[in-house]
Order: sequence, then structure tokens, then C-alpha cells
Amino acid sequence: MSEQRKTLIGKRVPRLDAHAKVTGTARYTGDLSLPGMLYGVMVRSPVAHAHIKHIDVSKARAFPGVKCIITGNDVPAIRYGNWRLVPELQDETVLAHDCVRFIGDEVAAVAAIDEATARKAAELIDVEYEPLPAVFNVDDAMAEGAPTLHSHRENNLSLERKIDYGDLEKAFAEADYIREDTFTTHAVSHAYMEPCVALAQADADGRITLWTSTQTPYYVQCLLAQTMELRENDVRVIKPHVGGGFGGKMELRPWEFCAAWMARETGQPVKFTLTRAEEFASGRRRHPVKITSKIGFKKDGSITGKEVIAHLDGGAYNGMGPTATFLIGNFGAMLYRVPAYRYRGNYIYTNNPPAGAMRGFGAPQALFAGETQMNLAADALGIDPIELRLKNAMVEGDKIPGVATIGSCGFIECLEKVRELSNWDERQADARPGEGLGIACYSFISGGVFNWFNTQYTFSAAEVRVFDDGTAQLSTLAADIGQGSDLILVQILAEELGLEVSDIRLVTGDTATCPQSDLGTWGSRVTLMAGNAVRDAAHKVKEQLFDMVSLKLNLNVIHEIECGNGHIYPKSKPAHGLPFGDVVAMVQRSNRGKPLKATGYYTPRDCGLVSPAFSFGAQVADTSVDLETGMVQVNKMFTVHDCGTELNPMAVEGQLEGSIQMSLGYALSEELLMEEGKTLNTSFLDYKVPVAEDMPPSVSETIETYEETGPFGAKEAGEGLACPTAPAIADAVRKATGLCCKDLPITSDKIRSYLSGD
Amino acid sequence: MNTHVIELIVNGDLREVAVRPNLTLLQLLRDHLRLTGTKHGCGTGDCGACTVLLDGRPVNSCLTLAVEARNRTITTIEGISTSGTTLHPVQQAFVEKGAVQCGYCTPGMIMSSVHLLRTNPDPTESEIRHAIGGNICRCTGYTKIIEAIETAARAKKGSGQ
Ligand code: FES
Ligand code: FES
Repeated sequence: MSEQRKTLIGKRVPRLDAHAKVTGTARYTGDLSLPGMLYGVMVRSPVAHAHIKHIDVSKARAFPGVKCIITGNDVPAIRYGNWRLVPELQDETVLAHDCVRFIGDEVAAVAAIDEATARKAAELIDVEYEPLPAVFNVDDAMAEGAPTLHSHRENNLSLERKIDYGDLEKAFAEADYIREDTFTTHAVSHAYMEPCVALAQADADGRITLWTSTQTPYYVQCLLAQTMELRENDVRVIKPHVGGGFGGKMELRPWEFCAAWMARETGQPVKFTLTRAEEFASGRRRHPVKITSKIGFKKDGSITGKEVIAHLDGGAYNGMGPTATFLIGNFGAMLYRVPAYRYRGNYIYTNNPPAGAMRGFGAPQALFAGETQMNLAADALGIDPIELRLKNAMVEGDKIPGVATIGSCGFIECLEKVRELSNWDERQADARPGEGLGIACYSFISGGVFNWFNTQYTFSAAEVRVFDDGTAQLSTLAADIGQGSDLILVQILAEELGLEVSDIRLVTGDTATCPQSDLGTWGSRVTLMAGNAVRDAAHKVKEQLFDMVSLKLNLNVIHEIECGNGHIYPKSKPAHGLPFGDVVAMVQRSNRGKPLKATGYYTPRDCGLVSPAFSFGAQVADTSVDLETGMVQVNKMFTVHDCGTELNPMAVEGQLEGSIQMSLGYALSEELLMEEGKTLNTSFLDYKVPVAEDMPPSVSETIETYEETGPFGAKEAGEGLACPTAPAIADAVRKATGLCCKDLPITSDKIRSYLSGD
Repeated sequence: MNTHVIELIVNGDLREVAVRPNLTLLQLLRDHLRLTGTKHGCGTGDCGACTVLLDGRPVNSCLTLAVEARNRTITTIEGISTSGTTLHPVQQAFVEKGAVQCGYCTPGMIMSSVHLLRTNPDPTESEIRHAIGGNICRCTGYTKIIEAIETAARAKKGSGQ
């Protein structure tokens, strides 16, 4: 063992599941079928707000091939939601009871021998609605005398979140320049490529197995048990491969419940597959938000204070809205040193389809407002926008009092690098009509510390077993939904144990076989939290292996021991190592055959209210606008980001590149068009996600920092980048045309009508 | 509804199946033949996840009726590599270049790419973007997919395939 210890950190290792995915053998929930399987469809409300007077299922029930029909009357009226910590915020039932609150609200479900039969029968269900007045925007919902969606919330204000620190009155009094702007953002769809599917089977004793396209198997297990009045351990949730989630698959969904309930009723497996039209029309979406932001500066550009007031159009239910409401406040105070801050976030019920978590979780809205305002202020102050940011930029150790402390932070370096990459200074000097370079920045969390789910387990757990053939097994409920966390966790374990990635078997995605627990994929938490749990387990196993090596080699106690290249050896004498598997065999023998395994855990503690770690980044959009048609063309994107250590650069790049696609759509082309609560564009033909030809060339660079709380120094990548693209393009468009677009998306219509003076 | 018994060649095998006239090729492949590699992303011809080759040309199988495939040749993602263990150069390049994330668009994307390289072995970047213009990917931003197709083109040229 003379060669140097090989490291896997920073290596462009290909994904573990790539082979299965390129050959079509990777199984998604929709690819599964079971003998005797029935097909389910949901019956949804065609009206935005109504009392259900009567439901007649007799014709549907009599239809040949129909096996089961359920309505809200047939199942317990249990309110559920991810916010178990505050039961009052759990405002949804799996099927409507008495009242429907949005177009698409689930009213009933049918299971039949095939899908066509189920659809025909669904049409035969006769629901008598007594229409109620409805509200479709925040202002109407809050107006005096507005109709109420939920009786316990008279003014439709579901909740208010506040952040206060510093003396804001004094801050504004001391400011030389104050501006106030109002911004609005729109609803967009996650548009994951795999529509939701759920397949359930009930054992004879009533225990449920549910295969489902989810990013949070543990939440689904708990909430399904709650709504079916089962014990948690009676529900097993299995997550096959998932075709993207982006925040849209992190709650219990009614069809998961219906599949399980009807499987138990009929004794036959039941599968629900959503149509793309259902996904667009009634699926979760990013919250439309109205944000009023007031900010004060000294003449030299230093920020004195800031006030942000946000109103989120939550749609008919809370979902993940309370978290988004808080995070908008947090991100209103991120990036820059804000000595005094006041935030008021209001979550308002309307009769629109409910919004939910989506890549960025409140940050894209907060930073569209915040970053656009920074650019406007820079102009007014006569300071270059990058200079203005450098003047106020957060650095390591900065605090949002009572909320967050900034750990590793390469923000200043990101700004300087993006200035150089984009040739910023020269391009500013050489501005031409119809062209512009715009800038915006971001920061994002690496997992949330909040326990709104009120879990009684650690946030992440991982079990590691090692074998005498020199291999290992990792089991964890951390959920890879396409982002590639499976590989990253295996890479982390292989690095710890000094093995190859191919030496590790991964067991994942099954609540019955993986250790309790893992909160799933959201808030960019997996690498940091599950990664730390994997390391914890590895360290526990290594301790036993190292003790054995010390004994066998009769080492002086001062020796450091290391794993590498499939061996375990004293660090100072790498050639004197023992093969990994041999040491496992010895430990096992010394324990009279007991297998060598350990479980590791991670729960963030004592790190504020938000996250253990924050990523940072800056982006410049080089943009042209056709001054006749108003068409925006992004010529090139420049991105510089600080994600701590890049564990796998290929995976990081993939996250960033994908994020730019989604953000470009958010800025320019994607919008769920609404009319009286009805989503008008329900196909990819009418809802325009960028295709390959729409994507601008893009260059990215990394600022390496080391994040103490992350595994091998890593933190978030690819979710924060959902934020800067829209404000950067808005800034570029303003420079190109003069139009300051404060309401997303930035469409050619808005630009044209501005240019023609309408 | 009358069912029709049709014959077709799927990935080199002659298959005889009874189909309803409104059955789509996608349903035939996935539900009847259990070739689930081909994906359903929209069912309306707008996403490309269901792309297969019909007599060598890419089609959206969700918009193609099964009966239209009568006496014709279908190639799906399961049928493009010549042996069970080796990958087609396009598949290989997708793995190596990190062109796969959630993988749901991947089978359709690969079928469009295979067709491109058969008809245009040395495509420009804009020809590649155009060729996969009907395949939506929500994860990758297409960058690594395009790189993979370029790599596969070079590999094929190098190997004289
Ligand atoms: S499923 Fe056929 S094009 Fe989308
Ligand atoms: S890899 Fe997920 S849609 Fe393309």
C-alpha cells in the first residue's frame, strides 16, 4: 500500500442509477403493477367555492366494472397537513367534507377494473353544489365582508409571521435615501416530468403498503396512518425512482390516501395516475406574493434599515405556506447587513388551487423584490450595483439577530468573480439601447432546522453495515428524487471507509427497512443532514475497526489510523495496513459472530431558526430586447456560487444548469394563467417551460469555502439559484428598455406596451 | 369496440397482439408488452417522454395509435443496445457526462438522439438543440444532454460505427 490515499471528494463520479435510467430498467411508481390491480381516478370540484348539498353515487356504483367509490362521507373527517406542530394549521381533509374551496378540490374517488371504466363512472357521480361567493386574490380576500374560506379564520388571514430587530424608526430617520417599491410574483408549476402516481396494497390484517412518487416517504407514512386511523407502523411507504419533485411531492396527497383506503376496502391493489392536465389545473404551485419593501441607505450606500411586508396568495389550504411565509422574511434580511429590520408576512386564503413548496421555498419571491430594489437603489444613489452590494455584503459570522448566524460565506468573492467573468465594468461603460447586463444575487439554506412536522425522531439517520468481503451497505430513508443524493451519500460513505463507490450497496426509499428516520428531500437538506448521519455511522463502525487494527498491529496508542484504498492502516505507515474485509472478519469473530453495524444520526441543534449553513452566489444575465416586438433574448448567463466543498462537481453543475432552466421559465415564459380560480393553461403546449433551443449559453464558476457544519465542508447547491435569474433579467431588461418590471413574469407584452407608451 | 389483431416487430421480436382501435402505441408498449422504459409525461404529444422509433423515425407514442404500427418496426429504449451488457454509445455518453438526473425524460431524449446521430452523424450544437426540441427535461437544463450527444457523435465517428 504505497500509493497515495485515494479520495472521492471532488470527483466526477457518475450516478449509481444512470445505467438503469438510460436502459429504461429504472422502475418508477407508474411502471409497477400488481395482480388484480384496480385503477383509480379522483372526482374533483368544478366550482371554486360551494357547499356540497348532496352526492349521488348510485349510477356510478351500478356501472359495470366499478369496484369501489368513496366520498368524504365514507372516510374519517380528519384534518391533516405537514404542520403537525400547530394542529390549527392542519386545515385539509383528504376528501371534501361539506364544502369545496377550489376548482380541483377532491370530492370523491372511483376504483374500477380499468382506467376508462373508472373515468366513465366518475362522470356519473352527481354532486349537487350550492355555490358560495369566492375570492381570487389577496386584496379581495382581505376586504371587509369578504367571504370566508375557513370558519376559524374570519378574515382569511391564515397566519402572520414576524421578524423584528433593531430600531427601524431610527434607521429610517438616519437614512439619506429611502425608497419603497411593491412587487408581485406569479404562480408557476413544478412541472416535474413524472406526474404523480400512487399504488397501494392492503394485507389481510389491514396493514398498508404504498408505493408512491414522493420526496418525503416518512411524512406520507405518518399522515396516511393519521388519516386512516392506523398505527404508523401499520403503514409502509416505498419510494421507487421519482421523476422530479422540486417541492411538489412533499405532502400526503388525497390519491395516496384513496389508493390505500380503497385497497383495504376491496382487498385488491389500487393505483392512481394523475393526468398532466390534473397536475397543471389543481396541483401545488409556487405562491404568488405581493411584497412591499422599504429600504433606507446612507449616502455612501450603507443600508440603515429595511421593512418588508408580504402577502401570500395561499390558495384554499395551508400546505407548506406557513414555512414559505417565514422564509420570505428571512430572505428579506439575507445577503446584506441590515442593522434594523421589520418583517410582516401574511398568509391569505383564496379560492385558488393551493400553493406549496417549490424550489426556493419563498426565496425566489423575496429575492426578486430585494434584488430588484437593490438595483434601483444603486441607480438612484449613483453607485455601481456590484459596489453597492460589496459595501453591504454579509460575511462569515454575521447574524440576523434571533434568526440565523452566517457560517462559511464566499459572497464577496462571488460578486468580484462575476464582475470579472461578465466583463461588467467595461460593459457598463458601453451600454447600448436594446442591450443590458443585469445582476442579482442569492443565498439559500442547507436544510431547515424547523420541526414543523413535530417528528419524534432525529432529522436524519443512516445505518452502515460492513462485511468481511470488503463491502458495505448503507441504508437511509433520505429520498433521491432525481437530484442525485443517493450517489452523494454513497460517495461520502466510500470516502469514510476507504472503499470504492461500487463496494457499497444502497438500501433506500422504504420506511419498513430503513432506519428511523429522515425528513426527506426539501430545503436542500439531504447532503448536509443525511450526509452527516452517514458520517456518524461510519465513525462508529470505524472505531471498532480501528481498535482491532491497533490490537493486531500492536500499535502505540499515539498512532492515527486511517481507511483508504480498501485497507486500514496506521497513518504514518500506510504500507502496514490490513485489508478492510479482514479487519471486519476479526471484529466479527471477537464478537462471536455478531455483525458489525452502526446507526448514525443528525439533528441540527443550536443553530438559530433557519438553517445550519447558507450558500451564496451572484448571477449576471447578458440580455437583448427586440425594441419592436419586446422579445427578450438572454445571450449568456454568468453564475458564480459558493456551495462549500463540491463533493461531486458534475452533480453540482447539473443542479445549477437545471436551476437556470427553471428560473428562466419563471422569469420569462412560465405562468399559470388564472381566471376566477380556474387554471387556463393545463398542457405543456400552453404552459411554456424552456426547451433546449431556449437555453442561453452559460458559464459557472465556484468559490470554494469550507462549511464546518456540512459533510467534508459541503452545503447547498442548485436551489438558491432559483432566485437570482428573474431579478437579473429584470435588471437587464430595465437597462435595455427603461422598463422596470416589478411584476413577474417579464413578458414581451409588458415590454411592448411600455415601449409604445400605452 | 372491435379489437384488431396486429403484428408488429418490437425491438427485433415479432409480436402479435389484440388491440382496441383507440389504444395508443404507448399503452400497447407499457401496459400490454410491459416495456415500461418508455415514459408517459403528458399524453398529448407535448413533452417527448414517450418517444420511440417507428420504422426508424421518432414519434410520440402517446399520439400514435397501436393499429398504425401494424406490420411496422418499433424500437424502444429497451432495444437500442446490441447486447444486454453493453450500452449504445448514446447511452454510454449520457451516463458518463451526467446527462441523467431524475431520468424520466431520459428514454425519450435518448431515442431522439439516436435518431439524430443515425441521420446526421456529425451534428452542430444547434442541430442537436433542434433535434431534442420536442423533449422536455425539467432537471438538467439540457447542457449535459447536449454534451453527451456531442460525445456520442465523436465516439461513433472514432469507432467507425
Ligand atoms: S407523453 Fe407523449 S409527448 Fe408527452
Ligand atoms: S432528467 Fe429529470 S426530466 Fe430530464
